Amino acid sequence: MLKDNLFSRCCDKCWHSSEKACPDYISCLTQGPLCHHDEKCENKKKENISRITLKSMEKPMIFMGLGTCGMGAGALKTLEELENVIKEENIDVEIRKTGCIGLCTLEPLLDIKMPGRTRLSYGHVTEKNVRKILNSVINGKPEEENLIGQHFSDGDENWKNVPGFFDHPFFINQKRWVLKNCGINDPVDLEQYLANGGFLAFEKILKNELQASVCDEIEKSNLRGRGGGGFPTGKKWKFALNTPADQKYMICNADEGDPGAFMDRALIEGDPYRLLEGLMIASYAIGATQAYVYIRAEYPLAIERLIEAISNLKKFGFIGENILDSGFSLKIKIKKGAGAFVCGEETALIHSIEGKRGMPRVRPPFPATRGLFDKPTIINNVETLCNIPDIITNGYEWFCAAGTETSKGTKVFALSGNLNYTGLVEVEMGTPIREIIFQTGGGIPDNREFKAAQIGGPSGGCIPPQHLDIKVDYENLKTVGAMMGSGGLVIMDDKACMVDVAKFFMDFIQRESCGKCIPCREGTRRMLEILQMVTSNPSSDSSMNSLERLSGIITLEKLAEIIKSTSLCGLGQTAPNPVISTLRYFRSEYEEHIFNRKCSAKVCKELLTYQIDEDKCTGCTLCARVCPSEAIKGAVKSPHYIISENCVRCGSCLVACRQNAISVY
Amino acid sequence: MSNISLTDILKEFRDPARDSLIPILQREQQQRGFISKEAMIVIGEKLNLPVSKVYGVASFYNQFRFNAPGLHQIQVCRGTACHVKGSSTVLDSLEMDVGCKSGETSKDGLFSIEVVACVGACSLAPVVVVDGEFHAGMDSTKMRKINKTLRKVHNAER
Amino acid sequence: MLELIVNDKPVKADKGEMLLSVLRRQGIDIPTLCHVEGLTPTGACRLCVVEVEGQSGLVPSCACQVYNGMKVKTHTNRLIEARRTLLELIMSSHPDDCLYCQRRDTCELLELASKLGIKERRYKSVRSNPSLDISSPSIVRDPSKCILCGRCVRVCEEIQGVGAIDFIGRGSDCSVGTAFNEGLNTSSCVNCGQCITACPVGALTEARHINRVLNAMSNPELTIVVQHAPAVSVTLGEMYNLPSAADVQGVMIAGLRKAGFDFVFDTGFSADLTIMEEASELVSRISNGGVLPMMTSCSPAWVKFVEQYYPEMIPSLSTCKSPMQMLGAITKSWWAEKNKLDKSKIFSVAVMPCTAKKFEASRPEMGIGIPDIDAVLTTRELYDLFNIKGVKPFELKPMNNDNPFGQRSTAGKLFGATGGVMEAAIRTAHFLITGENMKNPVITELRDMTGIKEARVKIGELEIGVAVASGLSNARKLLDEIKMGRKDIHFIEIMSCPGGCIGGGGQPYGTDFESVRNRMSLLYKIDKEETVKYSHENQSISELYRDFLGKPLSGKSHTLLHTEYMNRVVMK
Repeated sequence: MLKDNLFSRCCDKCWHSSEKACPDYISCLTQGPLCHHDEKCENKKKENISRITLKSMEKPMIFMGLGTCGMGAGALKTLEELENVIKEENIDVEIRKTGCIGLCTLEPLLDIKMPGRTRLSYGHVTEKNVRKILNSVINGKPEEENLIGQHFSDGDENWKNVPGFFDHPFFINQKRWVLKNCGINDPVDLEQYLANGGFLAFEKILKNELQASVCDEIEKSNLRGRGGGGFPTGKKWKFALNTPADQKYMICNADEGDPGAFMDRALIEGDPYRLLEGLMIASYAIGATQAYVYIRAEYPLAIERLIEAISNLKKFGFIGENILDSGFSLKIKIKKGAGAFVCGEETALIHSIEGKRGMPRVRPPFPATRGLFDKPTIINNVETLCNIPDIITNGYEWFCAAGTETSKGTKVFALSGNLNYTGLVEVEMGTPIREIIFQTGGGIPDNREFKAAQIGGPSGGCIPPQHLDIKVDYENLKTVGAMMGSGGLVIMDDKACMVDVAKFFMDFIQRESCGKCIPCREGTRRMLEILQMVTSNPSSDSSMNSLERLSGIITLEKLAEIIKSTSLCGLGQTAPNPVISTLRYFRSEYEEHIFNRKCSAKVCKELLTYQIDEDKCTGCTLCARVCPSEAIKGAVKSPHYIISENCVRCGSCLVACRQNAISVY
Repeated sequence: MSNISLTDILKEFRDPARDSLIPILQREQQQRGFISKEAMIVIGEKLNLPVSKVYGVASFYNQFRFNAPGLHQIQVCRGTACHVKGSSTVLDSLEMDVGCKSGETSKDGLFSIEVVACVGACSLAPVVVVDGEFHAGMDSTKMRKINKTLRKVHNAER
Repeated sequence: MLELIVNDKPVKADKGEMLLSVLRRQGIDIPTLCHVEGLTPTGACRLCVVEVEGQSGLVPSCACQVYNGMKVKTHTNRLIEARRTLLELIMSSHPDDCLYCQRRDTCELLELASKLGIKERRYKSVRSNPSLDISSPSIVRDPSKCILCGRCVRVCEEIQGVGAIDFIGRGSDCSVGTAFNEGLNTSSCVNCGQCITACPVGALTEARHINRVLNAMSNPELTIVVQHAPAVSVTLGEMYNLPSAADVQGVMIAGLRKAGFDFVFDTGFSADLTIMEEASELVSRISNGGVLPMMTSCSPAWVKFVEQYYPEMIPSLSTCKSPMQMLGAITKSWWAEKNKLDKSKIFSVAVMPCTAKKFEASRPEMGIGIPDIDAVLTTRELYDLFNIKGVKPFELKPMNNDNPFGQRSTAGKLFGATGGVMEAAIRTAHFLITGENMKNPVITELRDMTGIKEARVKIGELEIGVAVASGLSNARKLLDEIKMGRKDIHFIEIMSCPGGCIGGGGQPYGTDFESVRNRMSLLYKIDKEETVKYSHENQSISELYRDFLGKPLSGKSHTLLHTEYMNRVVMK
């Protein structure tokens, strides 16, 4: 912390500190002082705030996006070079490390804000171009290459002829509520969160509100669980609130196991305090004095930031005993998940925290009445909790104004797959999927055709082109056999094989099933085996096999139905969805695999044939040399040929051939 | 690897009960790269849990491995986005190049391959994590290049 | 009292009851594979699903509490199809070798398949075939047949407090096994066999000794003797589907002879012998300030349990061998001498309600040079042996045991039930201390199925505290109390299996609470009706001491009838 910061005492009249907090401590810090009247002190506070919010600044500020995706794209190398440049050229700047702003395609992102000017955002900033970009901005003539746009802000002079950052097609249709601070603030800097109004909601409820009225407010907001199920959050809280117990627990589920989803990771990496504030409000509302964040061990950066954020909160007395002199005490513990998709299920997650195998148990009793260590326990998803502070601050009416009849507010999606812009987006409920894909996501690259949008991960379904106008809404998505899920949205173009996609999910599910109940353990395995049979090598076929494949598809549908209705937990009950939905919309692809024994997307390897065009082949032997299975034969300078039985269909020869002589069909 | 012993790890936990089991296993694996039988027996004794339960828990979760990992750990993400963008081809060629399957350690002890459900970096698909470092937009050629570099470094050190 | 509507008819139920038990009480047949009365319901097999109005999914009745006004359907087409499919799914990954399976006549899976009318293979699967685990002297595990119902895991953990096995791995690779999936012999398994009686299929069976016995019978040089434990004769009848529980000792003896055993002895005789030694040991410990409380040692799973979990309490264990081992030792010494037989030419077989006895017989200290006992058959194996040998015991004329080991008191017979050893020992201790028999030899506090029973007993001037536990998790509770400093208990009887030997792991498959209770009342009936009620009044016992052993705790006794224990290090 700086010498004079938000937490320093303004003068001797100010009596409270983090050790001796009063109920108004937070507003006193950021809007005060409230404990005494002194214009000098007020000005001091205001100066502090404008320093933190960059309304006033002395030297240029550089923002470096250092989320997992930024770092994956090479942000650390950029940073290293940036620091070199600053040292070498003796430039006086400050560097602020931020989370991910969501536009992952253009990572590494680097922003520069000159005093009094708006903030400029650059994309694809590497160790090669960082010097040039930095110098150009400092010299007042920003490079146009790689420039994405400027962040308009009151009181700062705009750069001429530079578009607004949030007018970029990726951002223009977004409604960034929970992502507000992501990529803007230094995620673990508590001052920055506070200066932007953070923890005022928490202070407000501690000071003024009964537990029941907090639950009421959330219930009226119609906020529904963002983890996939869509259960009304306020209603759930009330179950726990109304169950008498000597101990209650609040758990944040950050075990984002859906392959294709990274909302929780980005939210925690980008704005951990928002999540923690939501968690603290929820804990107060249900009367829990112990809260847990159950987070995947695969997210080391998010864990690191969370640990730092929690220790800051402890340091300043925002958690611990008798918080803000309210009588409310709360501890927050981090529990690292050990890698099990099924632990997203509430009872499995509870077992996992208890140190057991993450096997779900029969419900009821629901965790809200009997959960962790047999005590009332509420489990909420990261995004759900991130919504809480603003609902408390702005009121339920504000929240309800956005969205559809049954689904209010916004939804964060992790946009990935075959899109021009991938990343993290937040849109208002009711936004058509088409808009998300073709506007926000910038459409399909390389002029290919859109084939399907996989939504909701292994529990969800595929949305085909004819349903692209469907609006994001819990109920709507169900009508086309998909579900909201936690927010993974994977876009597939015509190179994707839908049988393969179904097989991919069944393979995932049968491995991730906990193994407890028969329909899920055995049923998903059988479904996978049927799909494997459908995509297996035709050379070993007998007539019996084709019959079996046909009956396989019929049993596939029956089996799916039984698995849905008899499985013990949500994982099993939704496990067949990827198959059901692909069968519903892409039946002809299944038929092609079964009857023609072909995969026209050229994905199902065993159904492919590689061939060398004798006329084109010059006998350069390149293909024979790269072939890992010695399937290519031929003398030097004479046409080669492929021994089909030996071919493992790896595609190496196709890549290697310079004569374009190898074809696949 | 670091040399914090299991005894010292166990001391980090005050009055450990069953809910400390997974954190203890995680600490142990972090220190030694895997969890040995001996460690599970000691942990079971400390927590007053049958070893069968310790093993039952450890074998349930993807994270835990029971044999020593290679010098370089390669994690291939098999999330949906990575799959759609061809991670299976990357995995196949990696396995062929290194000479062991996922979940195994190569004969020279240099590499171990692991398949991860999703590392949550879908917009960089396909992703491979080598010794904790993310590599985006992978294909077979890039993968081979990385391995080649690692081998070179290793041979030079020898 | 609650009322629910089942298949459109009103049904009464108690608050807190599980739907499955209510339905079964109504005579509605609901299939299950994972349910065991008295154990935590897991809802794993899903076969017991029913439709409950207002719920879209199907509800597992085993884990569903009833509520007032609940509307339930149990046999709609949707349910029938669901149950069938579930069963087909298990069957699809189950080996097809029913013809060779030991459980072919008693397999719950097969029974359900026929009940639900499954006749066509709709699902095929590719399965790896995990190998057989024959490492244990008592129990054989065939993981390929395991249907992962988890009954064994729960019995081992909840009833026996051992937890030698658990689920391993996840998803379709899930299995049941020991720590590190190694042989059962390296695990903390105490060989009690409760998992076998709980197993619905052929995944768990005893290590069979039938062939050993058959081979011995075909060797003309050998004299084959057999002893039968008190619990066997009150159980065997059930395997022949006798209408009501009955003691079938007479025809069983006849059957044993017909099957080819040269001499038939009663373990009840050596139970009396055990009492002579053990009661004397107790009296001696009390009067000479020996280690108290003293704990019985007739249950070999219990002995192993102490050796591995409570080695510091080994001095509390009575040094007496179990009745089976005592009779084995006496047979190959005194009886052999008396009949001028070479002891190495005697093949000694024991029919036991127990699988741990197989382990006990294999302990190296059980025999001088050669083992006291050469083969142990469970009650189930005896039934099989009879069939193999074409013996139909109920068509035979009842016969008596061979002497001198054919006589027993009813005290010896009581060994079959929990609390029986204690009662028998107190009867004789009373005589040893006061010189006269108890006025009422029955100690009612010790006579039921309760897991832990205690009583204060007055013997003349002396008052002692006794405790009886069955089921090793109950034993654990009791031992922990003692370790915490409880001093008011002087003598403890522990039986590893719930209800005692009559509920042993070698008893018929699917032995439940009800059947154990029936066997228990048979034993009490015998005690009530027969006249010789005291071990010290068994004439053959007196003869044995007079002619051979001298007196209880004599040097000869110590060599032949007493043993020692070891601190057993296993993977706990």
